[in-house]
Amino acid sequence: MSDNKKWYSLDLGLNNRKESSGSCGCGKSKGSCNSGQKKEEELSADEFYEAAINASIGEERHRDGFEQVFDVKMDRRSAFKKLTASLLIGAGAITTSCSVTAGSDTKEKAQIDWEEQFKGNYKLMTDEEKQATINRLMRSYELRTNKNINMTAENAAEDVLFGYAFNISKCQGYMNCVSACVEENNQDRNSEMQYIRIHEMKDGEGFKFDKADDNYYHEVPAEGHFYMGTQCFHCDNPPCVEVCPVQATWKEEDGLVVIDYDWCVGCRYCMAACPYDGRRFNWSKPEVPENEVNKNQHYLGNRMRKKGVMEKCTFCVQRTRKGKNPACVEACPTGARIFGNLLDPNSTIRWVLENKKVFRLKEDLGTEPKFWYFMD
Amino acid sequence: MGAFKVFRSLVVDSLDTITKGSKKYHLWMGFLTLVMLIGMYCYSIQLEEGLSATGMSDRVSWGLYISNFTFLVGVAAAAVMLVMPTYVLKDIDFKQAVLIGEGLAVAALIMCLAFVVADMGGPSVLWHMIPGIGVFNFPNSMLTWDVIVLNGYLFINISIPFYILFKHYQNKESKKSVYVPGAILSVFWAVGIHLVTAFLYQGLQARPFWNNALLGPRFLASAFAAGPALIILVLAVIRSFTAFKIEDKTIKKIAMIVTVAAQINLIMLVSELFKEFYAPTHHSESAYYLFFGLHGKNALLPWIWTAIPLNVLATVILTFNKFRNNLKVLYFCCFMLFVAIWIEKGFGLIVPGFIPGPYGKIVEYLPTGVEIGVTIGIWAMGAFIFTILAKTAIGIELGELRYKGKKA
Ligand code: SF4
Ligand code: SF4
Repeated sequence: MSDNKKWYSLDLGLNNRKESSGSCGCGKSKGSCNSGQKKEEELSADEFYEAAINASIGEERHRDGFEQVFDVKMDRRSAFKKLTASLLIGAGAITTSCSVTAGSDTKEKAQIDWEEQFKGNYKLMTDEEKQATINRLMRSYELRTNKNINMTAENAAEDVLFGYAFNISKCQGYMNCVSACVEENNQDRNSEMQYIRIHEMKDGEGFKFDKADDNYYHEVPAEGHFYMGTQCFHCDNPPCVEVCPVQATWKEEDGLVVIDYDWCVGCRYCMAACPYDGRRFNWSKPEVPENEVNKNQHYLGNRMRKKGVMEKCTFCVQRTRKGKNPACVEACPTGARIFGNLLDPNSTIRWVLENKKVFRLKEDLGTEPKFWYFMD
Repeated sequence: MGAFKVFRSLVVDSLDTITKGSKKYHLWMGFLTLVMLIGMYCYSIQLEEGLSATGMSDRVSWGLYISNFTFLVGVAAAAVMLVMPTYVLKDIDFKQAVLIGEGLAVAALIMCLAFVVADMGGPSVLWHMIPGIGVFNFPNSMLTWDVIVLNGYLFINISIPFYILFKHYQNKESKKSVYVPGAILSVFWAVGIHLVTAFLYQGLQARPFWNNALLGPRFLASAFAAGPALIILVLAVIRSFTAFKIEDKTIKKIAMIVTVAAQINLIMLVSELFKEFYAPTHHSESAYYLFFGLHGKNALLPWIWTAIPLNVLATVILTFNKFRNNLKVLYFCCFMLFVAIWIEKGFGLIVPGFIPGPYGKIVEYLPTGVEIGVTIGIWAMGAFIFTILAKTAIGIELGELRYKGKKA
């Protein structure tokens, strides 16, 4: 029956639940369940072939972008640098790095800026390259502010697919989630960027988004109203990813739709393609007061952005890949927000999906959001 | 080696031609330079402050730049309406017009690229889009298709006229076997750039106003009306300011093209309006907003209600042979049509796609001074480039510009 499907649909493995729950009995709710490793021993012929190729030329296959092309050997790379530098006299970074009088700090900063400007796409980087770029970013922050930040490049764990559920009956419109999100994710304070929007709707009218107010300033819960939150839904078939001309945004293994802020060229095509108002653009230079900066960062998550790039909710990748809940889930005083691993049969989110009457927004578009709504 | 020498002499000669001219010519070029400088200043403000210097926001994330880009792709594609009969069907009437048309296409394409760059949040990392060095998301992203077809079309439209002029410059006849295949290719290509640009919008299921199968064909029809209309106006100017002879017959033939395209365009408009307003659904809200305003928000009303009457009026007048054959009336109609389609295919197409937003929120868009400055600057750049190209081409075609290497 499901063989001749005309459109994409999300596969949670709900149908083969029996087997999956049998193979994983450790009861952990987050990714690092060891019993999944059994699979690795049973390589099929194709997988073996794949693995063999990866072992021999794996690095080459993933190389792309400037770094991947030119960063073959150190000497070739520095030769190229000299070449380009001579072409680019006048660019501040170069003049400083060539200057004899500039202090070593300034030189180092310029060196970092240079390498950051010409690094490749994070999606295609090897783990070492990922580590190198976050090291540079941390060092750069230290050089600039004399403060240390802690940035990771943690990859997706195996057998994890993150999903979210929102209880409409519980939400009272307090918007603690919104402020927690802004603080956690270092969003621009000047333009008051917010990933989450809470829509206040009238009882008895159903889900009338067009009549809802998503920018209210009165006391909540307001009499005769109910509330519904939206944000990026981390679609399993995300149209925003398809349209990006440079693959600056993509879906990670654990289902998070992320953006490489340094690779984005700011065309905003993804914004036009998102049916859920999930994306935000840095129209001017984002600013966060030094003492409010959240220093626990992830490259794909809440690290500092620059002007002219896209950003959005990442389900707090810096937290969730460490086994914590996103900031909004933690901040919600009513327990309306539920987050977890969809592939773990014992997770709360799975319980909600199996026992509640859940629905998603604009299902007809075939985007397969991993964000469900339900009522008590 | 020889060809290179000729080329150098051509460059020197054309530099000579474009720097000499009547007082009016110098005034015109000086004026364009001034406007370009103002545009550059506005762009520098935008670079400094970020795109917040424009009227765009998270709710309406494309505006004047992308509108103009869309419209100009149409103008560029229209050159083909002249290429086809001249080169392939041996219809000599169009011969002179075609060089002008292709020059227009080149100018329009350069403007297109400039508008795209002006719209980018990070112009300094645009190398990410260069295939090979960056990551080119082909074939998934329609934007990459657009980059390919636009640059390809630019290449074709530079090389064909260049080849012909280069030969004429040396007093040689251009070989049919060389340029006819190129001309035929460019015919298909022109349709391609237009459809691909339409698909850019048409493929977004998130925006019902664009996600509509008629978008591509309507793009073509309106382009083949607005583009040749512009060519007629340009030919009229060239005719009165230079010795370049363009016969009435040529202009009248192009007018025929404009008329038919405008009629088809109107039919499609009716079909679109019928669909949106006979049985309105949630998806008709953008059209409602565009034509009547929604919840008291009606920033686009003056625009669209200028465009529609102009469009209808011009099309109706053009339909009657008696009016169309009167050049004064024809020029006026072409101007009306051009303005109407600029509004309709630019502003009237891009902005309502975002209004109301995905959740029905209505936030309006108005371009800022900086944005308008950059836009006008880019138009001035286009006019500047076109003037240079046209002046050189006319010089060669009139025989004023000739390679003297051998004789000297
Ligand atoms: S909600 Fe929008 S931004 Fe988020 S994954 Fe889906 S399409 Fe992309
Ligand atoms: S704005 Fe950035 S992430 Fe979005 S489509 Fe453009 S390059 Fe890709």
